[in-house]
Amino acid sequence: METKKSMFDELDPEIVNRVVSRRDALFTAGKVGIGLALVSVPVTFGLLSTKAFAKSSTPTDVIEVLNYALKLEYLENRFYATATTSSGLIPGSDSAVFAQIAKHEAAHVALLKGAITQLGGTPIAEPTFNYTKNFPDVFTNYQTFLAVSQGFEDTGVRAYKGRAADLFANNKDVLQTALQIHSVEARHAAVVRRLRGQKGWISGNDRGGLPAAAQPIYNGEEIMTHLGITVTSSEAYDEPLTPTEVNAIVSLFE
Amino acid sequence: MSNILKASERQLEVLEKVSNSGDRRSFLKIAGMSIAMLSIVGCSDTITSPTTTGATLTNDDIGILNYAYALEQLEAAFYTQVVSSFPSAFSADDRAVFTDIRDHEISHRDFFKAALSTSAIGSLEPNFTSIDFTSRDAVLAAAKTFEDLGVSAYNGAGKLLTDVKYLAVAGEIVSVEARHAAVIRDLISPKTAAFSDDMITPGGLDLARKPSEVLAAAGAYIKTTITSKLP
Repeated sequence: METKKSMFDELDPEIVNRVVSRRDALFTAGKVGIGLALVSVPVTFGLLSTKAFAKSSTPTDVIEVLNYALKLEYLENRFYATATTSSGLIPGSDSAVFAQIAKHEAAHVALLKGAITQLGGTPIAEPTFNYTKNFPDVFTNYQTFLAVSQGFEDTGVRAYKGRAADLFANNKDVLQTALQIHSVEARHAAVVRRLRGQKGWISGNDRGGLPAAAQPIYNGEEIMTHLGITVTSSEAYDEPLTPTEVNAIVSLFE
Repeated sequence: MSNILKASERQLEVLEKVSNSGDRRSFLKIAGMSIAMLSIVGCSDTITSPTTTGATLTNDDIGILNYAYALEQLEAAFYTQVVSSFPSAFSADDRAVFTDIRDHEISHRDFFKAALSTSAIGSLEPNFTSIDFTSRDAVLAAAKTFEDLGVSAYNGAGKLLTDVKYLAVAGEIVSVEARHAAVIRDLISPKTAAFSDDMITPGGLDLARKPSEVLAAAGAYIKTTITSKLP
């Protein structure tokens, strides 16, 4: 759509050339699959505009936020990569949904790693997660898999939201890209919740049949006041989570 | 009462003149004064009643909040109309989803109206003549358009804000709009990649549209003239 055009308009031609040759390099190095390299290109553009560099007055903060996001994307990416290759786990009727989610999480990892590098930082290495520590049958029992998936997606939405202010203060172009990821995580969350027979949105702080250990993912969702105004629906607003809250949730898988 | 009306008419004339002159700073100054004067005479209804004469979005945080308020008004009006008389082909699930979304959009609309207080634009008059409200397919297609547009609007508006507290609340709303978009898309093409397909989320990213792009698309569904100073 036109959005793509305007994105290109803002780009320094030199940077476009660099990205294109970088893509070629990725092809030759064979580090990234062709599909993924193609997918990650439009994403990288947004971050490479000259404006993005100019505005990053305190790049360390931006890189810290991006690495925080990268950890969560690693968590999701490995989870879906494992699940989509575990035979007999995901029924054929639902496989298209998870293939799409898996593709997005892989793209998010590639995007964040590329962005961190472009901004002069070092992407964290992928941690070794222990998905079966608290959910032993997560890759053999579809219902357990769905429950953990919902938990990851709803957490992801709240986690990105919790760092938006930091990006707002330091680099608004990176902020926009983060917002664009954030709403895709919300799309994932909604469709997974529906597969579990739940509403696509969160009612109060209802964890929707998830184990009690998942309650911290939903605590605080019930608030009814925004900018000091009492609203008529808590479902209509998703709330942020702090890094401390998110790290506690992630630790269930470490 | 007639004096009050005359007084507010005069103010509106002045406002129109100033807004046409393109001097935004003095326009805002006088607009603020007018609102204050109207409040003094106790006829605040005059400025919140449905407006078909037009609404102006200023190029600042207030303008962006009014932009969101305009989009939420449009969505709330659409879902209210759907829920008032569902297409006969709507399933129980369809009905439950649309009823929930209606409640959410009304909540968003009322939130912005309250947050903007006297700076709020008036009530917009929608134009849904192109939508066949008796057809499930047509209603779902329109809902998809509104939700995807809404998501891209919030995503594009975030970086235009200057006050971080408004970013926070926009962030709280946009993910629910994205949940709506995914669910509507899943009602259209269940259990496929449609909920977040490669057109609407290329590379795993939702679109981010400028206000001018969003308003150009939304304009087809709004009778009221919106004058936007936003990018």
